[in-house]
Amino acid sequence: MTPQQMAAAVARRYPDVLVARDEVTVVVDREALVEALAWLRNEPALAMDFLSCITATHWPGCDPALWIDYELRSIPLQHRMRVKVGCGEGDAAVPSVTSLFATANWLERETYDFYGVVFEGHPNLTRILLPVDWDGHPLRKDEPLGGVPTWYHGTRVPPIDERGMA
Amino acid sequence: MPVERYEGIHLGTTPEEIEADVERGVLLTTMDRAVGWARKQSMWPATFGLACCAIEMMATGAGQYDLARWGMELFRASPRQADLMIVSGRVSQKMAPVLRRIYDQMPEPKWVISMGVCASAGGMFTNYAIVQGVDTIVPVDVYVPGCPPKPEMLMHGILTLQKKVRSEEPFR
Amino acid sequence: MSAGAGHRGQGAAFDAAGDIAGGFRDPATGDYRQETMIINMGPQHPSTHGVLRLLLELDGETVIRCTPIIGYLHTGIEKNTEYRTWIQGITYVTRADYVAPFFNELAYCLGVERLLGIDVPERARLIRVLVCELNRITSHLVGLATTGLEMGAVSVMLYGLREREIIMEIFESLTGLRMNHAYIRIGGVVMDLPDDGPRKIRDLLDVLPARIDEYETLLNDNPIWRERNEGVAVLSAERCLELGVTGPVLRAAGLAADLRKDMPYCGYETFDFDVPTRTEGDAYARYRVRIDEMRESLKIVEQALDRLMRTSGPVMIEDPKVGWQARLSVGPDGIGNDPEYLAHIMEESMEALIHHFKMVTQGVAVPAGEVYSTVEAPRGELGMYLVSDGGHRPYRVKIRDPSFVNLQALPDVIEGYLVADIIAAVSSLDPVMGGVDR
Repeated sequence: MTPQQMAAAVARRYPDVLVARDEVTVVVDREALVEALAWLRNEPALAMDFLSCITATHWPGCDPALWIDYELRSIPLQHRMRVKVGCGEGDAAVPSVTSLFATANWLERETYDFYGVVFEGHPNLTRILLPVDWDGHPLRKDEPLGGVPTWYHGTRVPPIDERGMA
Repeated sequence: MPVERYEGIHLGTTPEEIEADVERGVLLTTMDRAVGWARKQSMWPATFGLACCAIEMMATGAGQYDLARWGMELFRASPRQADLMIVSGRVSQKMAPVLRRIYDQMPEPKWVISMGVCASAGGMFTNYAIVQGVDTIVPVDVYVPGCPPKPEMLMHGILTLQKKVRSEEPFR
Repeated sequence: MSAGAGHRGQGAAFDAAGDIAGGFRDPATGDYRQETMIINMGPQHPSTHGVLRLLLELDGETVIRCTPIIGYLHTGIEKNTEYRTWIQGITYVTRADYVAPFFNELAYCLGVERLLGIDVPERARLIRVLVCELNRITSHLVGLATTGLEMGAVSVMLYGLREREIIMEIFESLTGLRMNHAYIRIGGVVMDLPDDGPRKIRDLLDVLPARIDEYETLLNDNPIWRERNEGVAVLSAERCLELGVTGPVLRAAGLAADLRKDMPYCGYETFDFDVPTRTEGDAYARYRVRIDEMRESLKIVEQALDRLMRTSGPVMIEDPKVGWQARLSVGPDGIGNDPEYLAHIMEESMEALIHHFKMVTQGVAVPAGEVYSTVEAPRGELGMYLVSDGGHRPYRVKIRDPSFVNLQALPDVIEGYLVADIIAAVSSLDPVMGGVDR
């Protein structure tokens, strides 16, 4: 299906659909997330049966500030779609989709590790890439990059995020 | 038979003299030189390949750039049997205690080559996740820069280390 | 045989009844104690394909439970890209899956080009296909070589790296580097093929098919190879899709899913190649699929080279904000210091200097939006989720690495098998820890 056809098929049920750059993005509420993914998978015209990626983006100052993104793909019909869920920084909790897609296990753990988003219903929500006793969620925008200042040609060069270049 | 010549250290004066010595069955040298020569000839690296530099280290050990020329093709998995640790690749904060533990398990004498800029100084990853230079954890003998260093560069680093080992005091 | 006190005071080797394993009996029931062992494998291990740590619960030699622990190579690439320009992001992203660096670059650049809404010239597209398919061959060779090394077939390691050296020399003459090239850039590729490039690639095309035949002769019917790989680490196609596993693992399970055919990019629909599949889904099937894929890649390389000989044109788009790097000629020192360009910006034109400064420090401003661009990497679906806020720096770069998702299948392919099968299983999944941990 073309992106426009897909958007039309989804819009009847989830009206917040956008087609940009040949990609379909659907925004749903977090309460409706699991149901939406199940519907997208079972709908024969869409058949989004493969979860490619789960990730999050942090937009401090926006409401909601954390946007979790699910990249779906249809193996039989060869098309893609994106589902996005927003949540605030304070109550960063989203239902887990591991019951639908086994691949979501590690992907959700990684998103929790980097952003602190709690996936309710996840069998084992622990840190996966950072050490288990790490403090903080480094990919959030208010966390620093880290790194050390270095001496270079007689001057101290601060880490990249403190260098003040545009 | 090639005569090794380094600054202030040489094993005999001419090839003919050495041949004559060998024929007589007697070779005179100092303990330092003999031990240094033996140590450098058969260093066994510990397998500590982490990231991209590990692939180049494997390529250095393979057929085209052969580490077996210097007796080093035998990478020992157990640190207790190794005396050289080539830290090849970026050392993450999670890996740092493991690195130190492996280093501690190696028996003396032991040497460390820090291969690549990520191991030497953090490389391009000046961030929260990478140890900015493995010399903050273990003492390093030779730093080989590069991202990744070509096998020839690693070989140069190894030969530099061998020169250092050759002229070291054997019992530190 | 002494009863009671032990031999030389070292503890009772035999108990009072003369039973040799008395110490292992449960004193209440008299049966042998049945306990499982929890063994840690890695992260420093010669056979775990990188810094992978496996926590194994063993009942004798059988694996009951396996927990992979990853993150020992976590580099923070994704956070680092947020502080660099879009063009500098290429050098970061290329080091994620370091065995197949061109694919990382390609996915990233395809994504940014989609955000910018630009098309690359035809010649650039062909060069991209050419180097990517060569990279697929090197990646499969590394996978095969390390599989051989880990299983004890050390000569396979040496042969694989020997072939790889030929291709590494081609890469070095094309891009200047053997690995982590940063060659595929936004808007095209940074340099055209050198004069002796086509000849070197043709020499490779003459030599490599016979060498791949050598591998097949050595390993296909090798009783040890078959014994260790057949029936080991079986993963069905349905379970693969549930777990999100793609690439040769999925194709060895029977499903001919290949993004180059299903959702073509970079002009792959104009190339003539097959997608090899097998049905058994075990480690041996994956090995056969990788060998066949190497042959298919050679076909694509030949077609790409023929078409490159017939196509002329630029390899980078005209827009100077994006394409200025390709306009520099390689100076006499070989590292791209172009004396004419330097003379122009330093001596002739102030505006050119300011322009150059802005282009280098800021680069291109990418319109706001998000894309998810995918390529068929040697390990499966490599995706880049790029978010831009309209500025000069990426807002979010997420690398959907196939090794990360494929490694989730590890408990499935290891549990129930023997310890020695773990090695065969991990190497047949062919993870690259740089991609897993990023």
